[in-house]
Amino acid sequence: MNKELLKKSQSLIALFALCLVISILSDKFMTSSNLWNVLRQISVNICISVGMTLVVLMAGIDLSVGSVLAFSSAVCAGLLSKGISIPSMDLFIGFTVLGGVLVALIVGLLMGLFNGWVITKFSLPPFVATLAMLTIARGATMLYTQGIPISNLGSSFEFIGSGWLLGIPVPVWISLFVVLSVVFITNKTTFGRYIYAIGGNERAAFLSGINIKAVKLAVYGISGMMAAVGGILVTSRLNSAQPNAGASYELDSIAAVVIGGTSLSGGIGTIAGTVIGATIIGVLNNGLILLNVSPFWQQVVKGLVILLAVIIDQKSKKKA
Amino acid sequence: MLQAVNISKSFPGVKVLQGVNFNFYPGKVNAILGENGAGKSTLLKVLTGVYTDYEGEIILNGNTLKFDGIKDAQAAGIGIIHQELNLIPHLSISENLFLGNELRNRWGLLDSSEMEKQTKVLLAKLKLDFSPKTLVQNLKVGEQQLLEIARALLKNSQVILMDEPTSALTDSEIDNLHVIIEELKAEGKTIVYISHKMDELFRIAQHYTVLRDGVTVDAGEMSQATEKDLIKKMVGRDVLIVKKEQNKDVSEVSLSLKNIFLPHPVLKNRNLLDNISFDLHKGEILGVFGLMGAGRTELLQTIFGLNAKNTKGEIEVFGKSVKLKSPKDAIASGIAYVTEDRKTEGLVLNMNISTNIGLTTLKIGELLNFKKEKELAQKYISEFSIKTPSEKQQCQNLSGGNQQKVVLSKWMATQPEILMLDEPTRGIDIKAKSEIYELIKKLANDGKSILLISSEIPEVLALSDRILVLSEGKISAEFNAEDADENKLLKAAI
Repeated sequence: MNKELLKKSQSLIALFALCLVISILSDKFMTSSNLWNVLRQISVNICISVGMTLVVLMAGIDLSVGSVLAFSSAVCAGLLSKGISIPSMDLFIGFTVLGGVLVALIVGLLMGLFNGWVITKFSLPPFVATLAMLTIARGATMLYTQGIPISNLGSSFEFIGSGWLLGIPVPVWISLFVVLSVVFITNKTTFGRYIYAIGGNERAAFLSGINIKAVKLAVYGISGMMAAVGGILVTSRLNSAQPNAGASYELDSIAAVVIGGTSLSGGIGTIAGTVIGATIIGVLNNGLILLNVSPFWQQVVKGLVILLAVIIDQKSKKKA
Repeated sequence: MLQAVNISKSFPGVKVLQGVNFNFYPGKVNAILGENGAGKSTLLKVLTGVYTDYEGEIILNGNTLKFDGIKDAQAAGIGIIHQELNLIPHLSISENLFLGNELRNRWGLLDSSEMEKQTKVLLAKLKLDFSPKTLVQNLKVGEQQLLEIARALLKNSQVILMDEPTSALTDSEIDNLHVIIEELKAEGKTIVYISHKMDELFRIAQHYTVLRDGVTVDAGEMSQATEKDLIKKMVGRDVLIVKKEQNKDVSEVSLSLKNIFLPHPVLKNRNLLDNISFDLHKGEILGVFGLMGAGRTELLQTIFGLNAKNTKGEIEVFGKSVKLKSPKDAIASGIAYVTEDRKTEGLVLNMNISTNIGLTTLKIGELLNFKKEKELAQKYISEFSIKTPSEKQQCQNLSGGNQQKVVLSKWMATQPEILMLDEPTRGIDIKAKSEIYELIKKLANDGKSILLISSEIPEVLALSDRILVLSEGKISAEFNAEDADENKLLKAAI
């Protein structure tokens, strides 16, 4: 029983060890301003990775999250700064912050649903379908922004990414809400159960009468929407939509999922694990910056940590 | 001469071969006969170096052979033609033939021209009129089968094992194969031939060896044997199962199939199911017997809505015509399907017992009811006496028999009227087997309609009220249980 517990909390122990080492090497790490900063930074990756976890639990993958993030970010910023105007009809629609955010979420959802539709309708491997969406969405972002950042989004929008509520940064509240909702979905609903069953044995799940296609469609939709949440946070934090936003975010998010112990072959994993995984990556990023490690070395170290984490995970699974 | 002396092979908990002895003669076709599960495939795997941890001796021309792997067996001159083809469709004929044994030129690069030259010679010998560069995917199944023979010849095999080589061939392809076998025989090769088709064996084999329950029970010359004798030797064993009492009142039709056709996915003028019509009654156990490839599993899959796009014909459930397009539809119509392979199709192995049982009863958009799920699991754990510490046990940690009981529970939880069982006792021990037999009988007495598929004749005989025999997609015979015996079933199936 103790061994079981040890195995489950393995990544949590790794996180504490990492924090300990960094705080010994740098006295700036354990300051409240730095810790809030870390939490604020990882909230974007947490939102994306939570969606990614659902996809990976179904033995899928979503490579398009970074680009979907960028496009929904651009749409949100575009609507907030320029609205929609059709001069020929003498029409102008301005957007409130809520309106812009809702449209961005819907855009993300639709792009995710499109992924799911292609995957289920044409039986494409998720890798290929979402790889295509990765370039499609990035291209669409470039087209929409003409490659130029969209800025001046208003101070009330800035609150989402930079504001504080009850002493806690707003992005942390948002990621907390996302995490709790998805934890609820995975643990308490039949939909969540279906995700695990499909990942564990798709054939058996299908023969049990589960509508596999509907579940897949929904999960890719959720993943797209989570990317849009990340997009809104990033845009608001910078008060500007960057055409290059979210580039290679899919890799950080897959890394968080894998470090968190979710099996890439599906069926096994938890949202809590992913949150820890994303936190490990965030703390590592922060620590390396505090320690003045060159950005080039940072990438190498991050890669090695991912390797190490997965090797340890594999080994402990084999022993079990 | 290839000899075996007391070959035994065990898997954890089961002794599959327990003293196999045979002599296979060069220049002859040596047939191995045996029912499904008699140990034929295991024996072939021992002979070809797939299983290296066996007891006993394999002797080829006086030399004892001990293989460390497949390559050793090949080097010793033993080649095999598998029941399923092992060719790579996107590679050419010559690339396939030399796969793993590529010829190299003096630069260490592939010597394609030499390989193609040798391939040409072999193709001519097998009367295949193709360029060595032809992709294998452009060949018909029968032609691909001949390539497997070419591969064995290329490795200069003295002994060629053929595992049901004609099961997927058309009549003319079979004739062609037999002509080639005659030629190989004339060259002094030892041919070992496994087939369920008796007439075929009598046509081409000279010597036979009968396997039953992992033991060689008889061997001799084909010319001295009769079909009836051989069948008796293959099946002659005690029937351990207590026979089911006949259900008297079987008047109400629960499931009715009318002229069901399912075309073969590749072969154009063959049907996997060929005009199948029958009625299943409330409280009845209807056994379906057939050899491998007869269409048994396809029949159940079709009823369960898995072949909806290609199926022609009509299905009625309790007198109402139904269109079953998916498992979901079938479950809603009160049909349950305990699949043949509990590991790949029945269970989510890394989930626990209660989640597996709950899987069929959940509705999307609902919250999980853990209490209900637990009660349901505990009910079946006690009812079916599933041996487990708790309902939280992962299914991969259960024994085969208990896994099978979980699969049964999962389907009983849907409260089906019609229960389809595909090989419900495959690979489980005798005790669990008899428990599952009792369960099946009880379910029928409770008024469920049961469609039972099994390749074990004693099982079909003991449990069924009525028996259908499938052969090549057709219903070739129907028996009342009291009129059926092993010989009759096997004869109708072949």
